Amino acid sequence: MSESNQSDKIIEFQNVTKSYGDHVVLDALDFSVRRGEKVTIIGPSGSGKSTVLRILMTLEDIQDGVIHVAGKPLWHEEKNGQLMPASEAHLRMMRKEMGMVFQQFNLFPHMTVMRNVTEAPRQVLGLSRDKAKKRALKYLDLVGMTEHADKFPSQLSGGQQQRVGIARALAMHPNILLFDEPTSALDPELVGEVLQVIEHLASQHDLTILLVTHEMQFARQISDRVCFFDQGKFVEEGRPEEIFTEPREERTKAFLSSFLGDH
Amino acid sequence: MLFGIEWDTSSHWAFAVSILPILGKGLLVTLQATVVGFLLAAGFGLVLAGLKGMRSRLVAWPARFFSEFLRDTPLLVQLFFLYYVLPDYGLVLPAFMTGALALGLQYSAYTSEVYRAGIQSVPAGQLEAARALDLTPGRTFFAIVLPQAIPRIIPALGNYLVSIMKDVPILSVVAVLEVLNVARIIGDRSFNYMIPLSMVGLIYLLMTLVAAWAVRKLDERLPKEGIHLQ
Ligand SMILES: Nc1ncnc2c1ncn2[C@@H]1O[C@H](COP(=O)(O)OP(=O)(O)OP(=O)(O)O)[C@@H](O)[C@H]1O
Ligand SMILES: [Mg+2]
Repeated sequence: MSESNQSDKIIEFQNVTKSYGDHVVLDALDFSVRRGEKVTIIGPSGSGKSTVLRILMTLEDIQDGVIHVAGKPLWHEEKNGQLMPASEAHLRMMRKEMGMVFQQFNLFPHMTVMRNVTEAPRQVLGLSRDKAKKRALKYLDLVGMTEHADKFPSQLSGGQQQRVGIARALAMHPNILLFDEPTSALDPELVGEVLQVIEHLASQHDLTILLVTHEMQFARQISDRVCFFDQGKFVEEGRPEEIFTEPREERTKAFLSSFLGDH
Repeated sequence: MLFGIEWDTSSHWAFAVSILPILGKGLLVTLQATVVGFLLAAGFGLVLAGLKGMRSRLVAWPARFFSEFLRDTPLLVQLFFLYYVLPDYGLVLPAFMTGALALGLQYSAYTSEVYRAGIQSVPAGQLEAARALDLTPGRTFFAIVLPQAIPRIIPALGNYLVSIMKDVPILSVVAVLEVLNVARIIGDRSFNYMIPLSMVGLIYLLMTLVAAWAVRKLDERLPKEGIHLQ
């Protein structure tokens, strides 16, 4: 029983510490996500939510602790039974598990939509031009962007760009999708079309989703679990109806009521 | 007489017309020195930018010092150094090559900054996206960073091309027959400096205006978002 629980965890943070100089951002963090689970992280600005995702995507390193992704240490490599800092080759291999969708989309502006989505499958996975194109069309269709395949990002609205960003991540066939405030940079009327795509992805059983968002209603709809994050720690977590209707911690209550006030 | 061409002193106008082909020969040398100096500057600058950006301090610091040295010492000092000191070490270059080399070296310090600034202008999010997609560092540089940096690099390099052109007359001190030197010799021999020097001034004005216009056109032509990859 506990054995299968262990292997069930696709992401596991143990005692992870991250700091910039004297500023401790993640403080001995423990956190895990089951395979296929849809987890939302909410919390105030500057609390370290993005940092959690960026560490997973290997965009930031850690100072202490161990992270396992799909059963393998992320920032370490096992050599002669000892954990050593990971080599670039190890990180390259580990990244294949994950894909990331950015707040600012980060599409490649000098590439067409099609090229944005085919670049990595061709270069990293070694797909032929035709195969990569076929795969790209599949995911562009999923996000409703097929007819824009030959456009450049600057010719698209923010919502369309973000949908391409999602297709680009999906085309690498990640097991885990990381969303860092995917709709925060969007005009309000464009938020819905992106959330709709994410909602569709959330219905896929085997895809693990870790989402940072301020869209509370949406978090409530799609999450198996909501985690309230503050000052480098998870303050409280639970099923969405628990967190949103009967939060136990004062800090969670205060945070949520500030949101209800806003909306 | 210069380069076997006589001048006509019957009137100012006739004099000006008759020395034009002579100045033309000097102008050709000026343009050659500009192009060779520029190509050297563009090439050395790229190497220098690479070295300055290296992680290893053993490489980066000497490169930064060298670059600073090139920028903070007069072109003439560097030219004299190459012209008078290198032969002591058995390296004898023609005056023209020495001059072009001096221009190339001094301006490599500037072009290396152009490359660096161009590359740094690419937003960090682009590198993060490339990393998240697992692109190799090499692929990231050539397919993501460079195409976006080029539209910023090229116009800035163009401006240095114009500066190099305006610095070519310094090569006259090592007897390169560029256009200003030619004009001076005409003045020495005809006792009329006014006309040849004014003509050189006009020629430079014209060339600079044309070059500045060309750089601006190029700048407008280059796609701001980067060189398109299909
Ligand atoms: N490169 C950096 N250097 C120094 N401090 C940093 C750096 N990146 C992030 N921080 C700090 O780390 C803390 C956590 O940042 P993070 O971006 O993870 O917060 P967040 O919860 O995502 O906030 P937001 O809701 O505003 O996106 C912040 O205090 C931030 O100032
Ligand atoms: Mg953030």
